[in-house]
Amino acid sequence: MVRIFGPLVGLFFAAALLWSFGVGVVQQIREPDPSTAAKDFHLDPKEDVKFTFDGPFGTFNNRQLQRGFQVYKEVCNNCHSLKQIAFRNLADLGYTPAEVKAIAKDWATKAKTFDVKTGDAGERPNIPSDHIPPVYYAGTGNPPDLSLITKARHGGANYVYSLLTGYTDQPAALLKKYPDSKTPDGLYYNPYFANLNIAMPPPLTTDGQVTYSDGTKATVGQMAKDVAAFLTWTAEPKMEKRKQTGWAVVLFLIAATSLAYLAKRNIWADVH
Amino acid sequence: MSFPWAKHYKPTHPLMVYLDEKLPLPRFVYNAVGGGFPVPRNLNYAWNFGVLAGFCLVLQIVTGVILAMHYAANQLVAFDSVEHIMRDVNWGWMLRYAHANGASAFFVVVYIHIFRGFFYASYKPPREMIWLLGVVIFLLMMATAFMGYVLPWGQMSFWGAKVITGLFSAIPLVGEPLQQWLLGGFAPDNAALNRFFSLHFLLPFVIAAVIILHIWALHIPGSSNPTGVEVKSESDTVPFHPYYTAKDGFGLGVFLVLYCTFLFFFPNALGHPDNYIAANPMSTPAHIVPEWYFWPFYAILRAFTADFLFFPAKLMGVLAMFSAILVWFFLPWLDTSPVRSGHYRPLFRKFYWLLVIDVLVLGYCGGSPAETKYVLISQIAATYYFLHFLVILPIVSSIEKPEPLPFSITQAVLGTDEAVAA
Amino acid sequence: MTDLLKADGATVASSEIHGEGVRRRDFINIAAVSFAGVGGIAVLVPLISQMSASADVLAESSTEVDISAIAPGQAIKTMFRKQPVFVRNLTPVEIAEADAVNPATLRDPATLEQRTKPNKTNWLITMGVCTHLGCVPLGAGPGEVKGEYGGYFCPCHGSVYDTAARIRKGPAPKNLEVPPYEFSSDTVVKIG
Repeated sequence: MVRIFGPLVGLFFAAALLWSFGVGVVQQIREPDPSTAAKDFHLDPKEDVKFTFDGPFGTFNNRQLQRGFQVYKEVCNNCHSLKQIAFRNLADLGYTPAEVKAIAKDWATKAKTFDVKTGDAGERPNIPSDHIPPVYYAGTGNPPDLSLITKARHGGANYVYSLLTGYTDQPAALLKKYPDSKTPDGLYYNPYFANLNIAMPPPLTTDGQVTYSDGTKATVGQMAKDVAAFLTWTAEPKMEKRKQTGWAVVLFLIAATSLAYLAKRNIWADVH
Repeated sequence: MSFPWAKHYKPTHPLMVYLDEKLPLPRFVYNAVGGGFPVPRNLNYAWNFGVLAGFCLVLQIVTGVILAMHYAANQLVAFDSVEHIMRDVNWGWMLRYAHANGASAFFVVVYIHIFRGFFYASYKPPREMIWLLGVVIFLLMMATAFMGYVLPWGQMSFWGAKVITGLFSAIPLVGEPLQQWLLGGFAPDNAALNRFFSLHFLLPFVIAAVIILHIWALHIPGSSNPTGVEVKSESDTVPFHPYYTAKDGFGLGVFLVLYCTFLFFFPNALGHPDNYIAANPMSTPAHIVPEWYFWPFYAILRAFTADFLFFPAKLMGVLAMFSAILVWFFLPWLDTSPVRSGHYRPLFRKFYWLLVIDVLVLGYCGGSPAETKYVLISQIAATYYFLHFLVILPIVSSIEKPEPLPFSITQAVLGTDEAVAA
Repeated sequence: MTDLLKADGATVASSEIHGEGVRRRDFINIAAVSFAGVGGIAVLVPLISQMSASADVLAESSTEVDISAIAPGQAIKTMFRKQPVFVRNLTPVEIAEADAVNPATLRDPATLEQRTKPNKTNWLITMGVCTHLGCVPLGAGPGEVKGEYGGYFCPCHGSVYDTAARIRKGPAPKNLEVPPYEFSSDTVVKIG
């Protein structure tokens, strides 16, 4: 039975597939997949920018993270939430408990309160255990929460850096080839963004937009790099611990496995 | 069961004697994976993967039960509760990465285990029941993995749930109500998330039960071996312990080194960035793909692009995708060659390696965007896939001239066998 | 353990190796199994410690309570570490009752002064958690039974606390716990 029906079923599927293939090829010859501006002009994240946390030994640089936090706070936070991060987490960046408390207390958006007895909504200053208050944005576009952005995009920190420094005028070649693909009003051309036109206006425009307290010169590139580093930390605060643990575990396992190999050879010595 | 020369459990310590009398658990273990289970002496490292698969299941159950202590299956908080595990729970990041990468490791191991079975034709009688149970385990694993991937409630979770349950809507007449029944609604929501969580917790234990049957069935004829020649005498076997416990121990070590390298240094390499975006029913990710271990089957699903005779393309895709696995159930009766091992089957061997390449190509296409070129390639690859199992294997097994087999396992290992002389 | 590790009796004997060799082989086998054991135990650390309080729970905030509206003889319930806290404004009579007791006669000796802040002895701030098995005693809410010593009464197993929230009767071993707190101002208390 199986040897009769098996081949019939197989030939049936094969025929259906080859039919699909034939139809596909004919379609492709008649009207090939149109090329799009996004296909031709989209760029992968820049590879030339290096971060301290790259590679299996990479660690965060706290001063850079603090600068990046400052960029987030003064620039990104106008539109983007960071809701996975609590103020207490900032201690990881090297802030003292008093500084964390002050950052929380002075945060412009206050924590919302709701009195369950009176039904009154109110606010109070943030405390370290509060998460960074969400940002509500009413304008064009949907600014994503940035907590996990470097994990949620191919290229991670390099993508964030590339996007922030990648704003440019729409190339003449693009408009010549795709006259209908002019960037719509209210959007901005950025070749690192998936469909090339992003609703976010260039956030980092001028050197010195943020004043770094550690004396680092706040060029656009520097600010972009710092905030990309900060957002890598927000996406995975446990990265350093992960790598440290990883080295201990893998080295231990290599030693154990070597011993296991010797033991295996011992035991098998007489059988081979 | 087992061979006449299998050693018998003889407890010496009075406590063990007592236990053996009242609850012969040590005897059971001794006969199952101890000195009392004779195993062919010539198993190569491809035979390590059964034990590794068992290890992976334990790993997934242990980490999974722990994650369930912290995870909340509610669409309002599921995504955040996973991030809570990653950030606040002690060692939570490690446990979650271990579970996520553990799923991938499990599939790597099981795929190697299955392809070992293909090459050495481990599915042939008298081991066909082991094989059938194995395919059942694989199907359960796929269901479990799919439902587990929904739980973090990221974009891929949500759209994966929507698309995979959408497969059932291809079934004529009952399709739409069936999908609605599966989801408990019109789209994935709390009802779906909660039932997936419940089933994701339950199924691993069902898998464990079927594995027990799988191993039970294995103990009746004993393990297959690279020559495919059945065990003839005591010199063909060694006791499982210490020989294969030592070999499996070493294999486990190598596996753990590779697994931990992924876990600690590339924890997200096998995942998809979109699943770090919370589920959004209003926007589908640009490039939606399942986890890598489903790619070959996903490619087959997508390969049907034109209606064929009276069969709509959507239905054909779904039928073919399920058939791609169901066809494994019939392997013992499709491959009728008297010789098992691919080592002695020159023609079969060529087609075997073609199948390996074919499945890798399907996998690559399944993970690529739905562009015409990948669809066209996967149509050819899927054609070969079905022809291989359903047409080529039966033909090859009847026309092929196998190479001469060794007399026995002992002869294959040592070059001589006293039994031959005698 | 070594019995298990030796390949098996027959194999080792048949190999006819010298005592030295046997010992070295045994050593490697034992070392391999020991490594596996150490690894297995190390894995238990995260598996066990994951159950202890997570970082967000440990970062429990301090609670600020406005006590201006609590008249003498009244009490309020508030929360600290997800547990109730009683803030009670004692009347002079209640203070006198508490002071009249000789602490040495008590199960868990303490004076009201030790359990309150200097010059603020009327402010009795305690956890609302019975030291017996953790129920919330009655006596802080309006109209609740205060028990025969005028303090708190735990309905679960009948522990009775006096006006200094000291255990007087029933199964509880300790006085109601006083959480760490300080007065931010005359009307605001910061607990934790």
